[in-house]
Amino acid sequence: MTPEAVIFYAFAAITVGSAAVVVLARSLIYSAFALLFTFFGVAGLYVLLGADFLAATQLLIYVGGILVLLLFGVMLTHKIYELDLRSEVTQFLPGAIIGSGILVLLLVTAFRTQWRIGPGRPPQATTQEIGQQFLGPYLLPFEAASVLLLVALMGAAMIVRRRREA
Amino acid sequence: MIGIHHYLVVSAALFSLGVLGVLTRRNAVNVLMGIELMLNSANVNLVAFSRYGAGNLQGQLFAVFVIVIAAAEVAVALAIVLTLYRLRRTPNLDEADILKG
Repeated sequence: MTPEAVIFYAFAAITVGSAAVVVLARSLIYSAFALLFTFFGVAGLYVLLGADFLAATQLLIYVGGILVLLLFGVMLTHKIYELDLRSEVTQFLPGAIIGSGILVLLLVTAFRTQWRIGPGRPPQATTQEIGQQFLGPYLLPFEAASVLLLVALMGAAMIVRRRREA
Repeated sequence: MIGIHHYLVVSAALFSLGVLGVLTRRNAVNVLMGIELMLNSANVNLVAFSRYGAGNLQGQLFAVFVIVIAAAEVAVALAIVLTLYRLRRTPNLDEADILKG
């Protein structure tokens, strides 16, 4: 096996294994911390794919932002001194059937489709080019995304605000 | 040589695990974690096609937008979960049936 293959299989095992822990763990805290390893594994896959900027973004936003938000969600919806941070599992059999059905469907699609594999992109730094694309041809989606983020954060603050009169 | 199929398999596994989490968990925060897994699997696909496809960066640009949407989604969803918890004293989705007539 080439070193690339070894690293790929290591990151893939980390990603899929910890994702399975996220889904199957009984405790919410275990799920949240397994999600940390899933995000790290995906960031490693990005590095292998030559997406250095995206890997850094993944670590900053997912691990630094979204995961912390989810942990806040866990802590705020449970009393910390009650150790019963469990999440019940319902309808496991139908869910497993649907999940494995989707897995089979995706795998069949992935292997039977003739993907148009192009020349590919040799691994090189992407940050400068991504910045130029965002301020060039993708300026409108970029601005729309920023306005959407602002609106979503203001809306979230409005929703959780305690209303004095209500 | 690691080809595109390797990444597609990883992404398919992540996506179906996310579906399993969304379908079988009752806790709202846990369902959100499943959604995050699905968004990440889509991102892996986008970046893989960006690497092995036509050789431009469009997949990675799209993945950045997916990350932005995921951040906005988590913020709003957690606000809703917290409000629900304040109303019902539970994060269980089964008991969020206030809108039922």
